[in-house]
Amino acid sequence: MTTEQRLTQVFVELADTLVDEFDALDFLSTLTDRSVELLRAEAAGVILNNLRGGLHVVASTSDAAQVLELFELQNDEGPCLDCFNSGRAVVNVDLEEARTRWPRFSARAAEVGYQSTHAIPLRLRDSVIGAMNLFCAGSTPLSEEDLAVGQALADIATIGLLQERAVRQSGLLAEQLQTALNSRIMIEQAKGVLFASAGLDIEQAFRLMREYSRSHRVPIKTVARSVIDRELTTDDLRGA
Amino acid sequence: MRTRTEILAALGVDGGSGRSLPEQLCVACTTTLGLDGAGIALMTDAGHQGVLGTYGEVATRLEDLQYELGEGPSVDASRRNGPALHAELTAGEMSLWPGFGPAAWAAGVRAVFALPLQVGAVRLGSLCLYRSTAGHLDEDGTATALAYADAALAVLLFLHAQVSPGSALHPTLREPLDYRAEVHQATGFLSVQASVGLTEALLLLRAHAFASDRSLVEVARDVLAGRTRIPFVSTEREDD
Repeated sequence: MTTEQRLTQVFVELADTLVDEFDALDFLSTLTDRSVELLRAEAAGVILNNLRGGLHVVASTSDAAQVLELFELQNDEGPCLDCFNSGRAVVNVDLEEARTRWPRFSARAAEVGYQSTHAIPLRLRDSVIGAMNLFCAGSTPLSEEDLAVGQALADIATIGLLQERAVRQSGLLAEQLQTALNSRIMIEQAKGVLFASAGLDIEQAFRLMREYSRSHRVPIKTVARSVIDRELTTDDLRGA
Repeated sequence: MRTRTEILAALGVDGGSGRSLPEQLCVACTTTLGLDGAGIALMTDAGHQGVLGTYGEVATRLEDLQYELGEGPSVDASRRNGPALHAELTAGEMSLWPGFGPAAWAAGVRAVFALPLQVGAVRLGSLCLYRSTAGHLDEDGTATALAYADAALAVLLFLHAQVSPGSALHPTLREPLDYRAEVHQATGFLSVQASVGLTEALLLLRAHAFASDRSLVEVARDVLAGRTRIPFVSTEREDD
């Protein structure tokens, strides 16, 4: 099989995982495995920012790669971080020569047997969401073409991850909306329960629940739920 | 075929009609798919919670009827988390929906297609399409109908995102619930009076409204005002 054929196959494989049940971790492990294969590296790892802006190691092809990625984050130095911060690829770095640039990282990488490294950004337009690090035992420079392949793989990954984030956000909104609808309904039902059991009018029933909610610092929907479940009586509410 | 993005983009343009976003979507959907009307209902796990928007006189009436009876294609679609497609109203539909079926037939409806509005397992509503001619939606029509359901879901989430976080509801989403607040109050009230669960209490209300040929909200108001007594003792559950 030629490299081109293999490449096409990999792109199809990655695009396939974008549809249906998208699993970010499966997807990233496909990305790192195939990147190692196509770019002649020994290991790869990915760091991603989360929605709050923190960085995490989310995938790696080996324990050594994972440890190195973590090491970068902990020591705040290394090719992956530089790549993430600049949004540009950092390639063909000889770790021996990089001792002044990343003294702790270079030493650590040499210890586990790596001689060179590359980092490719996961970015869509201006937004950089992470970076992939490749570790090589020998000196295996990437050509312009290799870099284009690596970046294309990273681009597919980025699109997949951004889609997954959008889906997760809409899932969150949907849950919040469902909760809001249910709260509204429960509060009305609880008014009816109090109205029936205590001879309060509907407005008084609501006021009683609201006062209890405030003085006990419990959300009103929780008070309503307890009233419906008969765990809170009018006397309990009045005792507030 | 129209995509969700095209549909949503067109909604934004129709600014001066005074129609809410859900209503605008029903208008667009009816026109594009050559229907006689469409409606969007709010749903929770507990069933139909009110009509959010409709277009067409028949659709408006039948959407209300689905709420009144707690039965119909929109209720089915939401409950089963999948489309309820009835390309031809036959005897099967009449026995499936003893109240809704004959009413829809009498109103000249020959086909109904209901699509759930949901994110994962979170149920939020249904989009229901009404047509006076029998027959399946063709492939293109089905794709467009699904795109409208996607767009309707996006509208719900968009509206909620305007007020989120917190448990507040956007006025457009709150209005159908507020209008029927008494139904939930009467449900709570009846659950105490009849010592039954909320689901059964609502069934009692619905049965009474249906038997006395009045709307659910009218019966609810009467129950709360002490003008109507529901003969709950005589009502046996049949679904046990």
